[in-house]
Amino acid sequence: MTSSEVNTDMKARTLRRHMKESMKNLGRNGWMTFASVSAVTVTLILVGVFFVIMMNLNQVATTIEEDVEIRVHIDLAATEEDQKVMKEKIEKLARVESVEFSPKEAELDGLIDSLGEEGEAFKLFEQDNPLNDVFIVKTKNPQDTMTVAKEIEKMEYASKVKYGQDMVENLFDFINVSRNVGIVLIIGLLFTAMFLISNTIKITIIARKREIEIMRLVGATNSFIRWPFFLEGLMLGVLGAIIPIVLISFLYHYAYGYIAPRLEGHFIQILEFNPFIYQVAAVLILLGALIGVWGSLMSVRKFLKV
Amino acid sequence: MIDMQDVFKKYPNGVVAANGINVHIAQGEFVYVVGPSGAGKSTFIKMMYREEKPTQGTITINGIDLGKLKDSKVPLLRRNIGVVFQDFKLLPTLTVYENVAFALEVIEEEPKKIKKRVMETLDLVNLKHKARMLPTELSGGEQQRVSIARSIVNSPKVMIADEPTGNLDPETSWDIMNLFDEINNRGTTIVMATHNRDIVNTMRHRVIAIEGGQIIRDEQRGEYGYES
Repeated sequence: MTSSEVNTDMKARTLRRHMKESMKNLGRNGWMTFASVSAVTVTLILVGVFFVIMMNLNQVATTIEEDVEIRVHIDLAATEEDQKVMKEKIEKLARVESVEFSPKEAELDGLIDSLGEEGEAFKLFEQDNPLNDVFIVKTKNPQDTMTVAKEIEKMEYASKVKYGQDMVENLFDFINVSRNVGIVLIIGLLFTAMFLISNTIKITIIARKREIEIMRLVGATNSFIRWPFFLEGLMLGVLGAIIPIVLISFLYHYAYGYIAPRLEGHFIQILEFNPFIYQVAAVLILLGALIGVWGSLMSVRKFLKV
Repeated sequence: MIDMQDVFKKYPNGVVAANGINVHIAQGEFVYVVGPSGAGKSTFIKMMYREEKPTQGTITINGIDLGKLKDSKVPLLRRNIGVVFQDFKLLPTLTVYENVAFALEVIEEEPKKIKKRVMETLDLVNLKHKARMLPTELSGGEQQRVSIARSIVNSPKVMIADEPTGNLDPETSWDIMNLFDEINNRGTTIVMATHNRDIVNTMRHRVIAIEGGQIIRDEQRGEYGYES
């Protein structure tokens, strides 16, 4: 047997020992384990629900953002030359991504198409089109829509500038506020759970103070001492993630089944159950593991000071 | 073996527990550390296994300068030092065998070696027949023997004992002292803080007396020198 084989063998054995130790301790401190897992569970349910809502808001925002455009109605008095100058002026604006010219004939066709059978009536106007030629302007960043629109409004021959003002502004405000509130809430909840776990584990550590003392006395390394605690934290966190994942999966399954058909035909949509719910599960397990490990290592730290 | 040069130790609360200690202890020596309570015996001993760091001065053990020793290397130092206390510090849920084996398991010794070493050591302390008992089923002297077995199971070069007979009746204390003598005869250096006048005066070894954080007396085959 080579020395590396001996080494891996030892490591596997050590890991088994750590696993056994941490399981034993979770079992021995049954109520504490239950309390910690419950703390993680409650936190992750709340975090998970926020996460699902935020991700969907984000999705809605993105679809709307992609769709936001500024429609500049060109004054009928403008000559072709004037239109060309105006287009160049708009293109020169810093935050403009693209400017597309849509002649009034195309506008009328679009109107007739969008109205379906009733649109037939508008065909009468083909001889004498009352619509304006239009520039369709897209900004690099959807949040700049309002500023850019205001600048275009000031230009000569811009008879009307439309961008769904109220809706866009309100939506962005709403999304920004809810994003920030969500993030603050999530961080607050995570910290609460971490401290709950670290306190719980601290109580179990006090019972193991002598064990740690002896380990240090006979020359166990700090990492060796830390391992079982690391694993315990990990298990607490991952155990705490199970109920939230199951619960949120069910809820989202029903919510999706209810909402998705009602949004059909609209340009907004919510995230599909699969793969979204797997991402949620991954995030919750990861968060659970993180708070568990962090909480437990925090509480063992003090006992390892040399 | 153990060297202290101009060692000072001042605790954050202002107590000076070592005030210029210079001492040399050779390999294989048996040293009693005596002195009144609060004289600095415990600090003297704790600095040897780096439970406490001196504020000034150098301590060398086995050629290792403890001042330069990184925190992460302290475990390796401790593997060469066995420590025994007045209160035994055994784990009540583990059997005698497991308590001794614990010291080897947590330094990731191979299982085959663990079994062999533990049985040999239990034989040495005369507890082989009680290997499967729990510490609570043993007498105080037997418990101290388990704790001694745990401290020597890794064959350390130095053994440090802080009042090992403090909780034992005189007769049991003599058993324990004979065991220490036997371990010392095998070449292990022993440094023992004690208040036991009879033992120091009967089983003669080097005596270091500490008072006010200073060595006030250091005699080969010395006496206890205090009234109680």
